[in-house]
Parts: sequence; structure tokens; C-alpha cells
Amino acid sequence: MREIDVGLVSKTIEKLCIEANCALPCDVKKSILDFTETEVSPIAKQILKDIKENFEIAEKENMPICQDTGMALVFLKIGQDVHFVGGSLNDAVNEGVRKGYKKGYLRKSVVSDPIERINTNDNTPAMIYTEIVDGKNVEITVAPKGFGSENMSAVKMLKPSDSLEGVVNFVLETVEKAGANPCPPIVVGVGIGGTFDKVTLLSKKALIRPLNKRNPNPFYKNLEDELLLKINNLGIGPQGLGGKTTALCVNIETLPTHIAGLPCAVNINCHVTRHKTEVI
Amino acid sequence: MQKYINLPLTKDKVLALKAGDRVYLTGEIFTARDAAHKRLCESIEKGEKLPFDINNATIFFVGPTPAKEGQIIGSAGPTTSYRMDSYSPILLKHGLSGMIGKGDRSAAVVEAMKNFGGVYFAAIGGAGALISKCIKKSEVIAYSDLGTEAIRRLYVENMPLFVVIDSLGNNLYKTARKDFKESDF
Repeated sequence: MREIDVGLVSKTIEKLCIEANCALPCDVKKSILDFTETEVSPIAKQILKDIKENFEIAEKENMPICQDTGMALVFLKIGQDVHFVGGSLNDAVNEGVRKGYKKGYLRKSVVSDPIERINTNDNTPAMIYTEIVDGKNVEITVAPKGFGSENMSAVKMLKPSDSLEGVVNFVLETVEKAGANPCPPIVVGVGIGGTFDKVTLLSKKALIRPLNKRNPNPFYKNLEDELLLKINNLGIGPQGLGGKTTALCVNIETLPTHIAGLPCAVNINCHVTRHKTEVI
Repeated sequence: MQKYINLPLTKDKVLALKAGDRVYLTGEIFTARDAAHKRLCESIEKGEKLPFDINNATIFFVGPTPAKEGQIIGSAGPTTSYRMDSYSPILLKHGLSGMIGKGDRSAAVVEAMKNFGGVYFAAIGGAGALISKCIKKSEVIAYSDLGTEAIRRLYVENMPLFVVIDSLGNNLYKTARKDFKESDF
């Protein structure tokens, strides 16, 4: 048994909130630069260059890459030999988010009730995802999620007879319908299998996987490549103004499912696909 | 075509802008997003005076991050415009000329733009740090209780934008993607 003070969780999250919002992960930056080279539309090329200039200014001046500094998604992979001490884990996570969003001059974008809509003014509560894993460490990932892209996400309970074609069509329809709204070039997280709720979680987890890490299963790796090609043939382009760079990457995650079902979820992220991880 | 435009956007300037133009805007604009639009339209319905002169005005759909010490404003990129679609026709009817956001608009908004003379610009979504550099003044003028959603008067210099939908209803989002679409879907 290893004891971890929740104060350490709080401090780590405070730091990760700021870092994730101001510095884009290297894999995302590299992908944007690679697509700038291959893009054929002059307007699209210019937009990609502006996007590069933007993330460089943000990193240099330690300011948010995007004004939508998101809802704070906090993923905790907790080793089963860990015992938290010093207070409530949930309170500690929210304290970290509260302090990070204040200290980092990040936008407070959370309302306390979906209908009444009063801003909580500290960006809490965080969306907390816990998972119990082996070991005695805690892996903390903070992924600020903007809602321009979250609003364009979709889930569909396909029939087994819809098969692979049904999945491909649903992904393409969702991206085509989203158009310019989610700030393309986008990252597309696809969940296939599980249940109605688990499939959406898969699609969210797919957005946290690095863009240069493909699905280990060759069948799904090929499907990721095929979907990316098809999405980039839709013509939407950066910011929806036409071009060959509509998506930077498609990440697929899967789970076993029921004999009667083929759940599929598409979670879209913008080109500011932010996340930062630390193990304590 | 590249155009340098000084605000306010009088109707003759609106009519001269065409979908596809690259525009650099200089002058005074106002910020408003979901909650502020709701209040503006409620005020119009009640016959109350609006917090700024809407005639020939330009609204930027944005909720910036807080300014640090010494900064004029934090990151300030556009938010997705369709959420303002139920309000924009009312504001266009009352004199609004320009809207800055990202993403397509409803048929009702485009119709109101054609009827009353309006233009819709896109700024680069997700480029909030870059866009903040062309904002030279910022002042909250109404609804300060809304925090980031308050109405601000901004002074912008050469704000880089694209005309996406013009006052004739030409729509770059609809035409541009056709040029790059491959036939396999």
C-alpha cells in the first residue's frame, strides 16, 4: 500500500491545466506542419501557417492557444495499491482545476446547471474519469475540451448488418455535417463496440492517444488510414474554406459488444487537441 | 481580393464586399455571444435602449480569456456562429451590418443579410493568441455579470478575416469545398 496525499494530486492538476492550455503537444504540432507541406489550396496553406504562428505565440507568451480553454477533463488511472490521504480525491481534483484556471488566466466556461446556466466562475466542476489499474502510481491526464468541436460529436446505435460500411458512412456523415464548425483541421476519435455509454468514452479516449501512435490491431490501423483519406477527400479543408486538410488524424478504439449491437461514436476535437499527462 | 476596410460598416461598404475577399478590418467592434445575444433581443422586444448603437455596427462572436497584468485582452478567437442564428436576424433588422465568427449560418440569417444588408466574416477558429494581437483597446460596456460573455467595445487594427457570406447570399463554405472534393464519397 502506498499513501498519496491528495494535495499532490491537486498541485499536479493545477500545473497540468495551465501547461495543457498554453503548449500544444509535439505530435499535434508536427502533424500541422506536415499537412502545411502537402496542402494544395493556397488559402488553406496560409490558414495552417497562421495556426502555427498562433501556437508559437501561445507557447512563447504562456497564453492560451484558444480562448475556449474548455471544460477540464481529468483522467485518473489509479494503481490499486494506492491509498489517498489528506481529504477527498474529488475535492482535490476540483481544487487543482480552480487554482489552475485562476493562476493561468484561463477562461471560466462552466455553468452550474444546463438549463439555468449560471457561470460557476472557477471552471469547476471538472469532468473526472477514474480507472483502477495495477500498481502503486497515479497517472493524471488533463485534457481541456472545447465545445465548438464537442457539439459536433455524435453517437449511433448501428445494427450488426450495417457492418463496417455503416461505421465508415457514419463517421463521414458526422464530419461532413460538422463542416467548418469544429475548427478544422480536426482530430477524429472513433469508438466502436461496448455499450451506449462506453462507446462514447472510447471515442473520447481515442482523442487522447498521440497522433503518431496507430491502433495496434492492423485491421483498425488500416481503417484509421482509410477514414483519414476519405475525410480529407471531402474538400472541407482548414476552417471549412476548402482544401485537403480537413482532419489531422483518425484514432479508433474498440471494445467487445453484444450480439445485437454495433455502437459507434464520433468525438471531434479541433486542431487545438490539448492534453498533458504526469505520473505521481 | 484583398481589402482594407475602416469601420463602421456603412451599407455601401457592405454591398462592396464579396464572398472570398480577404479583409483587414480597422475600427470599433462589439463582442457578444450566446448570453449577451439573448439579452440584446429581450431588450429589443421590450423596446429598451441597447447598450451600444447597433446601426452599422459589427459584432464579434467571442468570449476572451482574462487579460493578464499589462495585457489588453487574453486569447480572443471566434466562437461557433450557428448558436447565434436565432438572434442575428433580429439584430440585422435593427441595423447590424457585420458579424465575425466561424462556421455556417442558417437560411434565415442569410435571408436577413440579403434583406437588410449584412455581411458575415470568418476569423480563424482556435487562433485566439494570434487574433488578440490586433486588438488595441478593450472595455466592458454592458452585462459585466456575464464574465467572459459580457459585451466589450474593442478597437481592432487590420483584423484578418475572410468574407464567407456576402449580402447577396454567396457562401464560400458551400462553394469552396466543391473545388477540393474527390468523387469517392
